[in-house]
Amino acid sequence: MMGMAAIPALAMLPRPSFGAGPATSAVNTTGLAVTDSEVTVGILHSVTGTMAISETGSVQAEKLAIEQINASGGVLGRKIKFIQEDGASDWPTFAEKAKKLLVNDKCAAVMGCWTSASRKAVLPVFEQYNGMLYYPTFYEGLEQSKNVIYTGQEATQQIIAGLDWVNKTKGAKTFYLLGSDYIWPRTSNKIARKHIEGHLQGAKVVGEEYFPLGHTQFNSVINKIKLTKPDVIYAIIVGGSNVAFYKQLKAAGIDMSKQTLLTISVTEDEIDGIGGENIAGAYACMKYFQSLDNANNKAFVADFKKMWGEKTVIGDVTQAAYLGPWLWKLTVEKAGSFDIDKVAAASPGIEFKGAPEGYVRIHENHHLWSKTRVGRAKADGQYELIYETADLVEPDPFPKGYQ
Amino acid sequence: MFGDYSIGDLGAIFAMQGFAGLILFSVYVLMALGLAIIFGQMGVINMAHGEFMILGAYVTWMTSNAFQHFLPALFPGYFFVAMALAFIASGSLGMLVEWAMISRLYKRPLDTLLATWGLSLILQQAYRSVFGAREVGVELPDWMMGSWQATDAIQIPINGMFVMCLTILITIVVAYVLFLSRWGKQVRAVVQNRVMAGAVGINTEKVDRYTFGLGCGIAGVAGSAFTMIGSTGPTAGQLYIVDTFLVVVFGGAASLIGTIASAFTISQAQSTMEFFMSGSMAKVLTLLAIVAILMLRPQGLFALKVRK
Repeated sequence: MMGMAAIPALAMLPRPSFGAGPATSAVNTTGLAVTDSEVTVGILHSVTGTMAISETGSVQAEKLAIEQINASGGVLGRKIKFIQEDGASDWPTFAEKAKKLLVNDKCAAVMGCWTSASRKAVLPVFEQYNGMLYYPTFYEGLEQSKNVIYTGQEATQQIIAGLDWVNKTKGAKTFYLLGSDYIWPRTSNKIARKHIEGHLQGAKVVGEEYFPLGHTQFNSVINKIKLTKPDVIYAIIVGGSNVAFYKQLKAAGIDMSKQTLLTISVTEDEIDGIGGENIAGAYACMKYFQSLDNANNKAFVADFKKMWGEKTVIGDVTQAAYLGPWLWKLTVEKAGSFDIDKVAAASPGIEFKGAPEGYVRIHENHHLWSKTRVGRAKADGQYELIYETADLVEPDPFPKGYQ
Repeated sequence: MFGDYSIGDLGAIFAMQGFAGLILFSVYVLMALGLAIIFGQMGVINMAHGEFMILGAYVTWMTSNAFQHFLPALFPGYFFVAMALAFIASGSLGMLVEWAMISRLYKRPLDTLLATWGLSLILQQAYRSVFGAREVGVELPDWMMGSWQATDAIQIPINGMFVMCLTILITIVVAYVLFLSRWGKQVRAVVQNRVMAGAVGINTEKVDRYTFGLGCGIAGVAGSAFTMIGSTGPTAGQLYIVDTFLVVVFGGAASLIGTIASAFTISQAQSTMEFFMSGSMAKVLTLLAIVAILMLRPQGLFALKVRK
């Protein structure tokens, strides 16, 4: 908890009990589930089905954040109570559960979703019933809503700084783009290609390929990579395919100390399944690594492990999920109200100095200003920080010239 | 695409690509064998095949952990123990399932589809509850990773060769058991005429149980071997199930030769096309070709000749 001493609102803590905040009638004019001593939020992730692999970390982080907020006095003097629903890796289920959380449970905010497909499924529900969603995953951009705060990076934030870095420090000129075949990798690679061809001197894309989700045989494409000898393999492969890809890459004799590989889809969570020894030497570009050396992060990692076990790892999205409840708390306290409209209006400019990734701020477009970082995978499954942008990178969900 | 390369380079790539095709072939045969036995010999559509494979993968993971903790000196050889244990675990679970579920459905073969699908969901959730929702990383001995440098330019993945040898071995054993052993004769007799086989004194229930167990056990070995090339998670079995059914159905359900021939055709088509176009397009074209061939030959490549 040391890291949170930086938050001004906590200075007056600890409070003896809940219920000492402003009157409910003043802070809740739209009938949300807020009482004098409690406020209800929703957690909506898949804990069953294929996506459970990825979403487990987010659920854990959100529960940790809620527990910490409660321990430090709650929100406007109210204890956060959460209702957890299972999206079951099924997009219509997500929409149905979102409706339940908003209409039946009257949640003041919902932390949830992971894949873009699930977010797209719940978006109309949140807009229709006027709810507030905190969405943690790095994603392709091209979206902005009054009812969503995107706590992960959108594509340009994650991609451009990494490409510039690899171009500058490795002198990379030729890129081979790989991805799983769905919207995020395709949109991301489109942005990457535009940037490589339009903004990097003399650089070009020598191959671009997509594989069905769940593809497990990569020997053919590995041979193609051997044939084209690109300076950089740019990989956005997700899920179980990831494991197959890196294991086969290693087995095919591609030595990552000589061949540069840059990925934006492998966090510490995925390395658990891939095996650190299979991916050691690869570079990843995102905004958070568990190994980040700052006081906020050290406290966060220690608390997370204390709550969920020594062996759990924390990836980029897990950290972004942790930001959700905190940003919501800070916003509510700035707005002085739980009302969705007031929270949405108060969101731009909210600063969270206690974020494990360092300082973050909400932009007018409801995405976060954040730093972009490049890490190098080590055999123990952790990333070593190699590079970080000097300043916060502005989120730009509708990038001009990249579509 | 090939303009800038020397003949030597191209030769090396084609050699490696040939091996890539053969490795894919072995993977297909290995995952389809267990299903082919169960589907072909018993007519049971085992939708939980992938989950039996993943049980083998989890057994391998546990064995790997156990060896690291208790017998680190023997770690390089743990994989063989793991495969044996995977066979036993998946095989026993298979026999249990046959006794508890499948044996009650022999008169309604189509219902086995639904029942085993339900079983697959139950098993997935069981893995998730027991081993956690996250994928586990199976650590392999060093000698199994990396590649064999055949020449300067040609590198063959060792785990690929391992899968190939394993596939050949298992295929030979299965062929021997089914076609030359006394037990194999009983199995085939039960397939051809259950009532008559019973009448001449074959214990059909026992034959069914062991056949199902054998199929599941082989799935377990396959799952164990696939920890080298793929992921181990509660739902990883789903990655294989479609391809597995494809191979078995395309080959002709009741034929071991058909399964092998179909695995060969599909893998070669897939890996060759993948080399010339993107992975997704290759898959689409492979599937289209299979659909077209199955429309012309609904019984698959090789069909058992039986009097109808």
